Amino acid sequence: MAALVEFRKVDYAIGGRAILRGIDLGVEEGETVVLLGRSGSGKTTLLKLVNRLLEPTSGEILFEGRRVADWDPIRLRRRIGYVIQDGGLFPHVTVAENVGIVTSLEGWPAERIQKRTTELLAAVGLPVATFGARHPKQLSGGEKQRVGIARALAADPPLLLLDEPFAALDPVTRFEMQTHFGQLRKAFGKTAIFVTHDIREALLLGTRIALLKDGRLEACVKAEEFAQLRSPEASAFLATLGGGDLERLSAAI
Amino acid sequence: MRLSEIASLSAEHLWLVAIAVWVAMLIAAPTAVLLTRHVRLRRATLAVVNVVQTIPSLALFGFLLPFLGVGKVTAVLALVLYALLPLLRNTVVGILGVDGGVLESAVAMGMTRRQILWKVELPLAFPTILAGVRIATVTTIGTATIAAAIGGGGLGTFVFRGLAMADTRTILAGAVPAAIMAIAADEVLGWVERKFSY
Repeated sequence: MAALVEFRKVDYAIGGRAILRGIDLGVEEGETVVLLGRSGSGKTTLLKLVNRLLEPTSGEILFEGRRVADWDPIRLRRRIGYVIQDGGLFPHVTVAENVGIVTSLEGWPAERIQKRTTELLAAVGLPVATFGARHPKQLSGGEKQRVGIARALAADPPLLLLDEPFAALDPVTRFEMQTHFGQLRKAFGKTAIFVTHDIREALLLGTRIALLKDGRLEACVKAEEFAQLRSPEASAFLATLGGGDLERLSAAI
Repeated sequence: MRLSEIASLSAEHLWLVAIAVWVAMLIAAPTAVLLTRHVRLRRATLAVVNVVQTIPSLALFGFLLPFLGVGKVTAVLALVLYALLPLLRNTVVGILGVDGGVLESAVAMGMTRRQILWKVELPLAFPTILAGVRIATVTTIGTATIAAAIGGGGLGTFVFRGLAMADTRTILAGAVPAAIMAIAADEVLGWVERKFSY
């Protein structure tokens, strides 16, 4: 099967400093590839190359078999959902309007937007009757992220990009969100690229884990094989796990 | 100095202010949007507008006289120049102050440059822009009294007449309504501003 997203020999440098070097990576339809790495490893940069928030210095990225550089950036971005750490919700409009942004940009008729918004808010556990008319500042951190995910799913894009969406949440809420996100992603059959620095999150949500170190792709393995990696960086991440964590995580998966 | 004269000069004063602030906003809004896109142009323009602001109003009126003569047009033009700074600066600050995550999301959702301006940047900058309108209006109400010196009319007419006649009551007939007008404008625009804070 053709990859939904493909990175080919991608380099990215800014001000002469290399951020990404020679990245080759394919993301198949239906899988969640987690980009795991420390701060500054280049994982967020790699994510932003997909929807052209950044342009590579060299190499190319393909989405649906076509170079992203050849896509109209507006069309490209409307086919890719994007979720960031603080949600990036529009503070001046309601929750329902936030979820409806992309569909309204796409010119859907009002009642279809409303139906889709209701359906999505229900799916993320925020019934529209209670939450639809609220403004983002009236939401908790977890609720904001739920709205962010609903918004990203609105126009039914084949791909989701998530940049540490749960990093700012308290541990309990984070775990709830991770579990819920896993179910949602399966239910909606979405492909996802998920950036995190948290090995637990990577093991819990990833079909595959791509380990980045200093802008290089050090390894890309199935989540269940990650524990077998012997590289220093992989060991460094594995060392942050407590005793029994791996077993519990694989049980949770 | 009858009540009816106070009323008509107050109305004239208000007109002068309204037209000046309105014209200044028409100039400031598109200019500010342009300035948010160009760092160098922004620094240069704000510097120039800042300098204009430091010119004493009587001096500026005097400076414009040889070119434009005595009259309402000269008065309005001078008031526009003064109103520009708060409007320009607040609009620029308001747009640049929009949260980076919100902007990034807007771009990533596939909004065009124009949609981002109208649906994200301007609505979110609105409270700050309104604060600028408030400052501009209140200061223009004050400055407009001096416009009477160059034939602008308005409540300044009383002030200058009173000064010429050394008559405190006539001065106050201009100064008090102007002060009340300034306070009222401040209150009303402050109330609108609070309505729009997110």
